[in-house]
Amino acid sequence: MVNIIINNQKIKIEEGKTILEAAEKAGISIPTLCYHKALSPYGACRICLVEIVGGGRPGLVASCQYPVKEGLVIETDTERVRKTRKIMLELILARNPNFERAKEIAREYGIIKSRIEKKEKDDCILCGLCVRICKERMGQSVLSFINRGYERKIGSPFDKKSPICMGCGACAFICPTGAIKSEAFCEKDLIPLLSEFEKGMGTRPVINILYPQAVPNAPVIDKEHCIYFNKEKCQICKAVCEADAIDYTMEEKKGYLDVGAIIFSPGFDLFDPHLKGEYGYGIYKNVITSRQFERLLSASGPSQGEIIRPSDGKHPKKIAFISCVGSRDIVCGNEYCSSVCCMYSTKEAIIAKEHDPEIEATIFYMDIRAFGKGFERYFNSARDNYGIRYIKCMPSKIIELQQSKNLRITYRNDNNSFVEEEFDLVVLATGMKPSEEVKKLASKLGLELNEYGFCEKTDFFPTQTKTPGIFICGAIGEPKDIPETIVEASSAAAEASKLLSQARGTLISKKEYPEEKPFIDEEPRIGVFICHCGRNIGGVIDVPKVVEYARSLPYVVFAEEYLYTCSQDSLEKIKEEIKRQNLTRVVVASCTPTTHAPLFRDTIREAGLNPYLFEMASIREHCSWVHMKEPGKATEKAKELVAMAVAKAALLSPIRQVSVEVNKDGLIIGGGITGMITAISLADQGFDVHLIEKTNQLGGHANNLYFTIDGKNIQEFLKRIIEKVEKHERIHVYLNAEVKEISGYLGNYKTIIHLKDENKSMELLHGIIVIATGAKEYKPTEYFYGKNPNVITQTEFEKKLVKKDISGLNKVVMIQCVGSRDEEHPYCSRICCSHAIKNALKLKEINPEAQIIILYRDIRTYGFREKYYLEARRKGVLFIQYNEKEKPKVNEVNGKLQVKVNDPVIGEEVIFEPDLLVLSAGIYADNEELSQTLKLPLTEDGFFMEAHAKIRPLDFTTDGIFVAGLAHSPRTIEESIAQANGASIRAVSILSKDKILAKAEIPKVNEKWCSGCGICEEVCPYNARKVDPETKIAEVIEVLCQACGACAMACPNGVSQQRYFEMKEIFAIIDTALG
Amino acid sequence: MEFEPKIIAFVCNWCTYAAADLAGTSRIQYPPNVRIIRLMCSGAVDPIYILKALLDGADGVLIGGCHPGDCHYQNGNYKARRRFAILRTILRDLGIPDERVRLEWISASEGKKFADTITNMVEELKKLGPSPFKTMWEI
Repeated sequence: MVNIIINNQKIKIEEGKTILEAAEKAGISIPTLCYHKALSPYGACRICLVEIVGGGRPGLVASCQYPVKEGLVIETDTERVRKTRKIMLELILARNPNFERAKEIAREYGIIKSRIEKKEKDDCILCGLCVRICKERMGQSVLSFINRGYERKIGSPFDKKSPICMGCGACAFICPTGAIKSEAFCEKDLIPLLSEFEKGMGTRPVINILYPQAVPNAPVIDKEHCIYFNKEKCQICKAVCEADAIDYTMEEKKGYLDVGAIIFSPGFDLFDPHLKGEYGYGIYKNVITSRQFERLLSASGPSQGEIIRPSDGKHPKKIAFISCVGSRDIVCGNEYCSSVCCMYSTKEAIIAKEHDPEIEATIFYMDIRAFGKGFERYFNSARDNYGIRYIKCMPSKIIELQQSKNLRITYRNDNNSFVEEEFDLVVLATGMKPSEEVKKLASKLGLELNEYGFCEKTDFFPTQTKTPGIFICGAIGEPKDIPETIVEASSAAAEASKLLSQARGTLISKKEYPEEKPFIDEEPRIGVFICHCGRNIGGVIDVPKVVEYARSLPYVVFAEEYLYTCSQDSLEKIKEEIKRQNLTRVVVASCTPTTHAPLFRDTIREAGLNPYLFEMASIREHCSWVHMKEPGKATEKAKELVAMAVAKAALLSPIRQVSVEVNKDGLIIGGGITGMITAISLADQGFDVHLIEKTNQLGGHANNLYFTIDGKNIQEFLKRIIEKVEKHERIHVYLNAEVKEISGYLGNYKTIIHLKDENKSMELLHGIIVIATGAKEYKPTEYFYGKNPNVITQTEFEKKLVKKDISGLNKVVMIQCVGSRDEEHPYCSRICCSHAIKNALKLKEINPEAQIIILYRDIRTYGFREKYYLEARRKGVLFIQYNEKEKPKVNEVNGKLQVKVNDPVIGEEVIFEPDLLVLSAGIYADNEELSQTLKLPLTEDGFFMEAHAKIRPLDFTTDGIFVAGLAHSPRTIEESIAQANGASIRAVSILSKDKILAKAEIPKVNEKWCSGCGICEEVCPYNARKVDPETKIAEVIEVLCQACGACAMACPNGVSQQRYFEMKEIFAIIDTALG
Repeated sequence: MEFEPKIIAFVCNWCTYAAADLAGTSRIQYPPNVRIIRLMCSGAVDPIYILKALLDGADGVLIGGCHPGDCHYQNGNYKARRRFAILRTILRDLGIPDERVRLEWISASEGKKFADTITNMVEELKKLGPSPFKTMWEI
């Protein structure tokens, strides 16, 4: 160790270090241009000059090279140093007047422009970083300085492309001016490393975080491309990582886990569009996949949300989307429908138009399969409000135009003639398929795969595989969209939970905290802990200055800096200081609270402080990282951010999160298949269930259904389920029962039901509610239904088919979308297309001679149901499309039915005289009353509205209530069962707890001044505010509150205040910020 | 010295605060003139906060929330939007130009939009000059 003095500061530092390193240790910044931590110092730029004023030979030296020695006295900012640096900067700027980093430093020295004119042809400043990195780190020495004096330049031997250059690109990467272009020295073709996540639309470094949402969100080294793993060179990452986190010896480890159940959810692959040669993917630059287009639309994507086409970076104006690429296509082996492409193409077209209203979007399709909840409205809006053009045709070829790289598509228009049209960009809606790797993994697990390579399931249970104990969810079972996937995820969890309910909670270890120090509202004692975050903060912000400033702030009794506040030893120090300094509030100035606030809260709790006597100042994300070029201003801002946090901290008071006990029983309203499966699932997981059915029998609609499209026997299944429900000791069934009144909240509900048979009321106590009330079949008022005995619905037809009551049925016409997709019911009922095809096939099975004509608008046999659509067509079922504006006309002529419809293929009206007219009646909801009782929202179509259409499909915004089955939206039995199972595990997430902890930042009410006006009750989206009818005081139902703060804001006299965001605290922050 | 406007930004925890974080992790540079105040939801931004900031001498105020339909709390941003529409009429009556107070929907993935918004606001405010409230009460 040697002792030196820099700017009057005494420093102890190991021998062999340079002055620059010593200064960095002392927190003194010295500007550099040719210095790099991972390379040997070179002293080329002379910007890091400092003056030796004692202890050695006096004069100017390059601090990056000059070693420290005992007794050295150094000044870094003398007049002489400044003057010399100025001249050096002018000389450098003369070589490259646009060199940003030099310009920045120059500005600090008052130089706006160099007095010397630029004479060199290139922008190189001869710092030698490229030469050093190539030699020292890559071991190649491709580059070196050539010539002397004015002629001096960087080059490869004989100015020829070098055969030894690896093409690693390090020279170009490290070059501060951009003067070095690797391709000028490399014999090989340089291939950029394309980002897999961006689907080749952008590049990525060898060390990268795989994608922004990756868990864990940590970088990994791509061993395949890393220079170290290939040539044992480089190791720059290790040299620059201050946390010393790089470990090249890490290896994949094999481990063993003992588990009781396996959930298999490996997802899917996209169809490889190269296989559809006619679209020219991979040959024509402006033909991309929908996933690539999705990345282009993304604000965090390769173009940051700008829609640019690959060939020339221009904004495309005419975009064509082609559906069913690799779906519904027997030629490429995928005869099933991928279920999601129609909607995502529509979504992408809409977002594209929102980005740039001038874009004309065209979607080529076979059938628009907008069968999901709310999808029909979305599709209508895309067509009518956004002006997206839908063309029913699969284009037969695409040709790239040589000059413009535009694409000419040939297709057939509505008038049945072929037309050619030019587009700027073509987006292929590629379908879903299981990946080869997944198929292998599935076979290792012993799972059966179906003809398409997806996982086989047990009858009626879409998340059970044929191997007991292994469950699936998501697209491995069948192509599906996000809400269905999430439902299945919950369903699979429920299946596993049934098996493992005995073991629930046995692996939990509870953390013990010391008793909280009593909070005395005296003068606060604030401790401020400021983080360098390595160089992330310390490299820009002058942290010692911020610490010094923090010490001067009111109530601050302690302030210190740490290299990493989040490291284990720093956390220990925080705890020590809390005790030593008797701190009553803690402020950490480091990263965003989203990252580490929970960690710091936990730490201060371990030291006996309430976790909410804590505030953070984000001086990394909101300061050092976004003001890297303005260190001075960034330091000033950091000071203010700390002051703002301190101002708030001084006013904080402890928050004790309340908890409520949970009643462990469940209430299920509705005794159809959905309600019964939910009941069985909950009961099998160990909870008592009250199942309420308003009719006198269980089973609901399923009582009228007999077989599924794939031939499963519904009545047999129903019998089995009813028997199980009736025998289960944990399930209490109430038939002929009606819900009279529901009161209470999450964990503590009280429901009064009326039992009609016994004419008495009874009270049920329960912790959660599952709504499984189902929906109704539309009773048609059109097409002579109810007037002519030969007009019936699909359900009625199904009964006839089962009873074989079909004598004399030779010609059957079916009309689709009766009571669906019309003005009164502007949504798709999802199941009617499959229902019609199912019945048609059954009739064909019994009487192959029967003529069946199905009049449809779009056939929506999504997923594997497509197979039956194909089969029906093969068996001669005639499909005729009709237009919503020209519905079929039905007449009675001499008591016989006559159906007229316009056939678009032949372009003429055709007339049928069927023996039977079958109407595919839609599904409608009747939830008004229950929604009012429970204060739950309904969609425009009358179905219950979930908390989030995509990611919370079974929850309501009001915690503790869940929805499943047809009350949610039209769906098949299997899909209802997935929801039923899913709802059960959502309920178990509450019922399995003894107590529910409320959120911390919930409002408090000053009861003295509350006038009971009820505005808070009105604004709360969670039913968490309620004015007590007797006391007229607005209460907070703590467990329901989600802490948005809307009620506190809306309170007219400030009686409600959101904890941790009280008005006085916000005022204090504003005052400080503007102080 | 060039006039450096000061902006107070009231942002929601879930979208705009996260967008500011993303601007940081993406190292998108913007001028250091903004002071962010985090609230749980844009629906919890009291107009009084905005008025107080203006009266205390803020040159600009930004309210940042989730895009319509994306609110973490169902509809807090709609509440903010309605409230802001009313506040706007009052601000205009007070002679405060629209450029000084802005409501923006900035989602968690829009780090660039956050940075662009601040950059643009700083430019606009520089053109407008310092807030009149800074000197108003001096006689």
